[in-house]
Amino acid sequence: MIAALLILLVLIGGWEAYARLGHVDAFILPAPTQVATALWDDRGLLWHNLLVTAQEIGLGILLALAAGALLAIVIHLSPTLRRVLYPLLVGSQAVPIVIIAPLLVVWFGFGIAPKLAIIALVCFFPVVVTTLDALAAVDPEQRKLLHTLDATRWQEFRWVEAPAALPGALSGAKIAVAIAVIGAVFAEYAGSSAGLGNVILQAIPQLETARAYAAVVLLAAFAVLLFLLLTLAERVLVPWARRDTEWSRR
Amino acid sequence: MTTRLEASDREPRTTAEDHRGVELDDVRFAHPGRGRGAAPVSAVDGVSLSVSGCEIVALVGPSGCGKTTLLELVCGLLTPDAGTLTSAPAVLMPQRDLLLPWLDALDNAALALRIHGAGREAARDAASPLFAAFGLDGFERARPYELSGGMRQRVAFLRTLLSGKPVLCLDEPFGALDALTRAEMRDWLGAALAREPRTTLLVTHDVEEAAVLADRIVVLTPRPARVAAVLEVPLPRPRRGTDAAIVALRERALQALGA
Repeated sequence: MIAALLILLVLIGGWEAYARLGHVDAFILPAPTQVATALWDDRGLLWHNLLVTAQEIGLGILLALAAGALLAIVIHLSPTLRRVLYPLLVGSQAVPIVIIAPLLVVWFGFGIAPKLAIIALVCFFPVVVTTLDALAAVDPEQRKLLHTLDATRWQEFRWVEAPAALPGALSGAKIAVAIAVIGAVFAEYAGSSAGLGNVILQAIPQLETARAYAAVVLLAAFAVLLFLLLTLAERVLVPWARRDTEWSRR
Repeated sequence: MTTRLEASDREPRTTAEDHRGVELDDVRFAHPGRGRGAAPVSAVDGVSLSVSGCEIVALVGPSGCGKTTLLELVCGLLTPDAGTLTSAPAVLMPQRDLLLPWLDALDNAALALRIHGAGREAARDAASPLFAAFGLDGFERARPYELSGGMRQRVAFLRTLLSGKPVLCLDEPFGALDALTRAEMRDWLGAALAREPRTTLLVTHDVEEAAVLADRIVVLTPRPARVAAVLEVPLPRPRRGTDAAIVALRERALQALGA
């Protein structure tokens, strides 16, 4: 913890020195002290817009988690749908969001809906992959055991596969956190009236670069917070997963 | 080649016991070959065996001889290619305990009850008296990773018992345990089966374990499995591995195994 803080301080110190002593204009790269000043001076504006973006990201990740887990289950249960859907899902990840973002704005307007759609679109894929991997990793012997105890297909899913998939889905959500922030900024660039992405969009042409950086600092801090929350959820919801890893490493 | 064995010299069984039995007549099974066009691999080649209600039969044989396949046939997880197999409902206890890490010990033991439709509380209430009786008192709420290997096997055995099926197929239940725990668990299983008699097929590669626990020892040949010899164990219980009669029997079994 202390080492991490020290490294962070050194990095910030280096940035400060470079911004002050280098030949870079403040509207290209503001110094950390200028960013800190912007954070304080514009705190009302930043806080208000953070709430907007945070809501988009939180709901977007929940949507991605639900959609990703559902798709993974469908693909897992049906070999036909696996052949049809999986390539489509992989392909969907190659579509640049900038191409479809205007379309989503046309469909859903400037409210929260197109933002949620974009965040869910960029976030659901890691959830699908990690959930599918967890489902595929279920021990075939475990299925045999359930079979000999007269379990139906549904009971096999309920007692073995669903709990086994939960840690996978949560790992996917942890990966999704970082991309969700980028997705939210993209979505707000495509059309918005509020949010930290909107703040960045307006600050840069006004040469208020320090404010844009302040918004980025807040976005990064929010991503770290979400990641920690998911780690906490993992500990509460799937305590066995961590133990099992420790055990298998012994 | 077919080896027939009959329980002809045993005391007559009542009909009530008989529909808890297992009957194999010239059962054959081959696993499909790996890869396209590969020849099937014969695992069980003409095994005939008659197990009556509440009898404990040990199946001993070299590793990979098809013992596990035999149990999976009896449990209906596989279907014989040829021959007839009739068995009362049979449940398999696999070699590994396969306890579900997301359930505590009592929920794991009660799994079959939940699958058969019991609610959580009812299932736990039904399973908990057995915990005390089988030396698991106080471990009801322990997660599988908190239990020792021997404890996990006890829970796995209770789960098997609570399936309510009259035939138990135990596949090397103590194969993964260290020697000391193994001996302790062997005595534990003997006591458990004395308390809750079931028709039992016990696969093991430990002839001493077979001699201590079983009414009859069936020695199998290397793959594909055929019956090489049948040894009766008409000894009083509880038995100890050091009893002279057990040691003698062990020698005979090892001889039949060709060891």
